[in-house]
Amino acid sequence: MGDWRTYQKNLLPDIPNFHKIEVYEKEGKGYQALRAVLTDPKWDRKTVVNEVKDANIRGRGGAGFNAGLKWSFMPPKQEGLPRYLACNGDESEPGTCKDRRLFEYNPHTIIEGAIIACYAMEMDAAYIYIRGEYADWIDIMQNALDEAYAKGYAGKNIMGSGVDIGVYLHKGAGAYICGEETSLMESLEGKRPYPRSKPPFPAQVGLWGKPTTINNVETLGHVPYVIRNGSEWYKSIGAANQPGPMLYGISGHVNRPGVYEFPSGMLITDLIYTVAGGIKGGKKLKAVVPGGSSVPVLTAEMIEGITMDADSLRTRGTLLGTAGMCVLDETTDMVKFLLRVSKFYDHESCGQCTPCREGTGWLVKILKKIDSGQGTMRDLDMLISLCDNMEGKTVCALADAAAWPVRNTLTRFRSEFEAKVKQSTFAMAR
Amino acid sequence: MADTPVFEFSPAEIQEIQRHVAKYPESRSAVMPALWLAQEKFGWLSPEAMQLVATTLDLPYSHVYGVASFYTMYFKEKVPKHLIEVCTCFTCSVTGGPEMLDYVKEKIGADAKGIGKDGKIWCRAAECLGACDTAPVAQITNRRYVHNLTEEAVDELIERLNKDEEIPFSSIPLKNQANFES
Ligand SMILES: Cc1cc2nc3c(=O)[nH]c(=O)nc-3n(C[C@H](O)[C@H](O)[C@H](O)COP(=O)(O)O)c2cc1C
Ligand code: SF4
Ligand code: FES
Repeated sequence: MGDWRTYQKNLLPDIPNFHKIEVYEKEGKGYQALRAVLTDPKWDRKTVVNEVKDANIRGRGGAGFNAGLKWSFMPPKQEGLPRYLACNGDESEPGTCKDRRLFEYNPHTIIEGAIIACYAMEMDAAYIYIRGEYADWIDIMQNALDEAYAKGYAGKNIMGSGVDIGVYLHKGAGAYICGEETSLMESLEGKRPYPRSKPPFPAQVGLWGKPTTINNVETLGHVPYVIRNGSEWYKSIGAANQPGPMLYGISGHVNRPGVYEFPSGMLITDLIYTVAGGIKGGKKLKAVVPGGSSVPVLTAEMIEGITMDADSLRTRGTLLGTAGMCVLDETTDMVKFLLRVSKFYDHESCGQCTPCREGTGWLVKILKKIDSGQGTMRDLDMLISLCDNMEGKTVCALADAAAWPVRNTLTRFRSEFEAKVKQSTFAMAR
Repeated sequence: MADTPVFEFSPAEIQEIQRHVAKYPESRSAVMPALWLAQEKFGWLSPEAMQLVATTLDLPYSHVYGVASFYTMYFKEKVPKHLIEVCTCFTCSVTGGPEMLDYVKEKIGADAKGIGKDGKIWCRAAECLGACDTAPVAQITNRRYVHNLTEEAVDELIERLNKDEEIPFSSIPLKNQANFES
């Protein structure tokens, strides 16, 4: 495994112009994995899926599902029935800023990974959905894609193998919900992007009603490395339960915020105090949100000895999410912070389900009341009961994502909420 | 009298839309790229612009409107030329985003809708822009990012926008991870 201090970066290497195809090919063994998969008889489709499954690349979109295992859920190919790959580059979960770096510094690994995935699952095309705000990075991706087409690495008869796989970019237009897999599909299809009820699952009924797999763009970006270096290599990096390189997005009250590539499973304290240079202004740490705004917050005491992988984080009742970590110092007003997070989910709810549409609105209303000093102890209970009525009761997981931070911030920083609510003015009965 | 825009796509624009149509198995799927094109051409998506998209793709107006109205980056009202969207979400909320938005509002003399006094710049709060490590962040008119906002950076930005100068793309370098001696 080695020490993280001597770790050699893979996904974000310090190689100038790595976004250019010649550099990617020359310095990064770029497109060799695709060539191997398409031309070496050793790599039949099943073998590719199995290798990826064995590597246990855990989805980088937030849920951490084994990518190869997801690929194996695709039904057997039916002649004449097209199949698609949806590549999720919507990156909108607050705190997450890693996919953008990949678009800028290593766009070809996403494209190569997507084409390998399409080959492995016998798909006709890959659609890379990128949030509209990333206009400049969409241009970078389009350039990379044009380079790949020009070299015959995408499109018809790739590398003379007879395999045809189209790769296309789709620009979003500002809606967090489009990162949810079925909403993304509706958006790509040109509909109003309301998430779909599941089942049917995308592997059965996905894009344009056809079998579809959806992966985060970073997840796909790991694939060429696994094919080139093997699953054993991949598993030798980082945490056993969640192996591989990890892009840690560290933001907030630290001296050196940034996106850092290291092995998975690093100590949170190493990331904050060594990698990110400690808390700004020598202040004290108050809280850490380890993986995007929806995952349960940790108090300063809770991070001791905890590493950035699912198993370790679970012992503190939280999740890895997108590994976009927000560090909050002692001056942070947790009520205000939570109120802003809740406003985000209220703003982004698509409004399809009542518990989500009404629930997110009520969370904001009550938190505002508490923040302004007008709340009561009963409002704190009300927040929890609202969460009870949102979690697991809606078409998609946005309602859960909205409820978790409320439940956990309130539980773990209760005294801050209590300090803001009005003291009961009723005299105690004697 | 001011030009009334003609609600037509040029042959080159039609071709561009057809290129998008060809990417998807159904032409309806090209509605978002077509809306993007219409917005770039007309500055905002008026009912006439949306009707043009509908006619071009042979879709009902209601469908096109239903899509356009869902997304924040499509402007359904006539807006000033330049937009400063300051992220006030999550990380930005604790690193000065809201203060930066207030500063922008004050500088441009924004009204309740965020429109500046001379009608050239408007502003609003943005949700997470995916650049939390360079918080606080702003996006300019659906494209350029301005990272690590300060009052001085806002001053310079507004000066440039007032002169219709282009805001350059700023690439955030990868951190040198080699030394962690501190
Ligand atoms: C409300 C909501 C928003 C989401 N946003 C994103 C996103 O921006 N990017 C992403 O990759 N996954 C997002 N996801 C997760 C996707 O639904 C999906 O699980 C993921 O793209 C699968 O890829 P993976 O298995 O490679 O992680 C979101 C999920 C929900 C419920
Ligand atoms: S849970 Fe919320 S965002 Fe998801 S489908 Fe229902 S209303 Fe829409
Ligand atoms: S919170 Fe402002 S860019 Fe993410």
